[in-house]
Amino acid sequence: MDVTLRVWRQPDSASEGGFATYEAKGVSEDASFFEMLDMVNERLNDSGEEPIAFDSDCREGICGTCGVMIDGHPHGPQRGTATCQLHMRKFKDGDTIVIEPWRAEAFRVVRDLVVDRSPFDKIIQAGGYISVNVGAAQDANETLIPRPAAEASMDAAACIGCAACVAACPNGAANLFTAAKIAHLGLLPQGQPERYLRTVAMVETMEDYFGSCRNYGECETACPKSISIDVIAWMNRDYVAAQWKNFRKQGQQV
Amino acid sequence: MTTTTRRLDVNRRSGWRSWLGSFFTSDIGMKWMMALTGIGLLAYVLVHMIGNLKIYLGAEDLDHYAEALRTLLYPIVPETGVLWMFRFGLLAMFIIHMWSAIVLALRNRRARGTIRYTAKRQYLAANYANRTMLWGGVIIFLFLVYHIADLTLGMTNPDFVEGAVYHNVITSFQVWWVALIYVVAQIALAFHVYHGAWSVFQSLGMSNPRYDEWRRWMAVVFALALLIGNSSIPIAVQFGLLQVSG
Ligand code: FES
Repeated sequence: MDVTLRVWRQPDSASEGGFATYEAKGVSEDASFFEMLDMVNERLNDSGEEPIAFDSDCREGICGTCGVMIDGHPHGPQRGTATCQLHMRKFKDGDTIVIEPWRAEAFRVVRDLVVDRSPFDKIIQAGGYISVNVGAAQDANETLIPRPAAEASMDAAACIGCAACVAACPNGAANLFTAAKIAHLGLLPQGQPERYLRTVAMVETMEDYFGSCRNYGECETACPKSISIDVIAWMNRDYVAAQWKNFRKQGQQV
Repeated sequence: MTTTTRRLDVNRRSGWRSWLGSFFTSDIGMKWMMALTGIGLLAYVLVHMIGNLKIYLGAEDLDHYAEALRTLLYPIVPETGVLWMFRFGLLAMFIIHMWSAIVLALRNRRARGTIRYTAKRQYLAANYANRTMLWGGVIIFLFLVYHIADLTLGMTNPDFVEGAVYHNVITSFQVWWVALIYVVAQIALAFHVYHGAWSVFQSLGMSNPRYDEWRRWMAVVFALALLIGNSSIPIAVQFGLLQVSG
C-alpha cells in the first residue's frame, strides 16, 4: 500500500516547526506504524536528509516511550493501543496521514515528534513512590491484600506514562496520569503510610504544570491501557479528604 | 538532553498556601466548589420550575404562591426576609460557580499551549454538552439578567403590574421574541444541566460502578424535565392556551 505522510518537523525547541510531506510506497499491511516510519527514515538517510525523530523503545506497548498524534487521534485510530502497536492495516491505500507531536504548554518539542515529558517526572518525584521498607519478595507476599483492591490497583498500575491523556485533553490536563499513579499506590496497604501526603503533593505538582479536568472523558478513550476516569474521581475524593486529615496523628509530618 | 527545570506559570498560586487557601485555589478544590454550588443551583431551578407550573392552575394560585414566598416564615422573620436570604444565597452560589469557571478556563487556556493540532481532533468522548459548558453558562447568565429585568423588576414589560405575577408572565410571553428568548435559554440550560448533573459526581469523587449507569439517565431526565416544564409555559402562551383572563 502507498500512503502520504504529513509530518511535523522541527529541528529543536527554539526553532519554528512546520509540516513536511513524504511518500511511503509499497508498505506492507503487516508492517507496524513505526516500521513504516523506519522505512521512510532509511530513505531520508540515504538521500542525505535528516530522518524524522520520534520516540520509541520497547515497541510492545509496555514502556510508554512512544506516542504521536495520528490524524487527530492520540496513538492513532485504534483504541487501547500505543503507537508502537498500531499496524498499517488500520489505514487504507492512498491515505494521507497527519503526524504531530503531543501538544501542551508543559511539553516542549525537543525535535520533530519528540516532546519533553519531564513534568511527569516531577509529579512522580513529588510522591509517586513508597519509601517504607516492605522487605524482600517473601515478606511482601506475606502482606495480605484483598483481591479486589489488588485488581483495582493493578488496573491503575497499567499506566505506562505515555502522556496520551494530556495530548487528548482539550484542557491539557494530566489528571488521568496523576490519578492512576495515586490510585495505584493508594489502594495497596504499602501505600497507606504516605497516602494523603502523597495525594496532596502529587496533585499540587500536577497543577503547577497542567490544566484542570472538565470531565470530558477524552483521556480515557485515548489511553492505550484504557484506564478509567474513575481513578480521577478517586483522586478528587482523596485530595479533599487529605484536607481534613490530621497528618501528625497518622505519623505523617505536616 | 535538557530537562524542564522552570516551573511553568500555568497554575501558579499566590503565596498564601495555607490550609484552606491552597485547597480553594487548587483546581480540584475549585471544581469541588463548582460542583457543590452546582448542586445548590440545580435544586433551585427544580423548585423554581415546580413553582412555575402553578401557572396552569390559574392566576389566583400563582399569585398566591408568589405572595407566600414573600411572607415565608412571617412574622417570625420580617416580611420578604426569607426571600432575601434565598436571593443572597443564590447570588453567592452564582458568584462562586462563575468565578471558579472563569479562573479554571483561564488556567486551562494557558495549559493547553499556543500551538494547536493541525489535523482535526477526533473527539470520542467529548460531546456538544460538555464542550459548551462555558459559553452555555454565559448564555444562561445573560438570560438571567434579562429574566430578572423582565419578570422581577418589570423593566422590559410595559404592562408590568407589581405583584400580579400571572398577568406579568402572560403579557410578557405574548410577545413572540420574548417567548423565543425563554425557550432558547431553556435549551441552553438543558445542555448545561445534562453535563453538570453527571459531572458533579465525578468532581466530588463519587463515581461508583454501582450507580454510574444511573448517573447518565438521571442527568437526561433532569435536563428534559427542566426543558419541558419551563418552556411549556411560553409555548402555551404563544398558542393562546394561557390567557390573561384565565
Ligand atoms: S515503544 Fe514502548 S510503549 Fe510504545
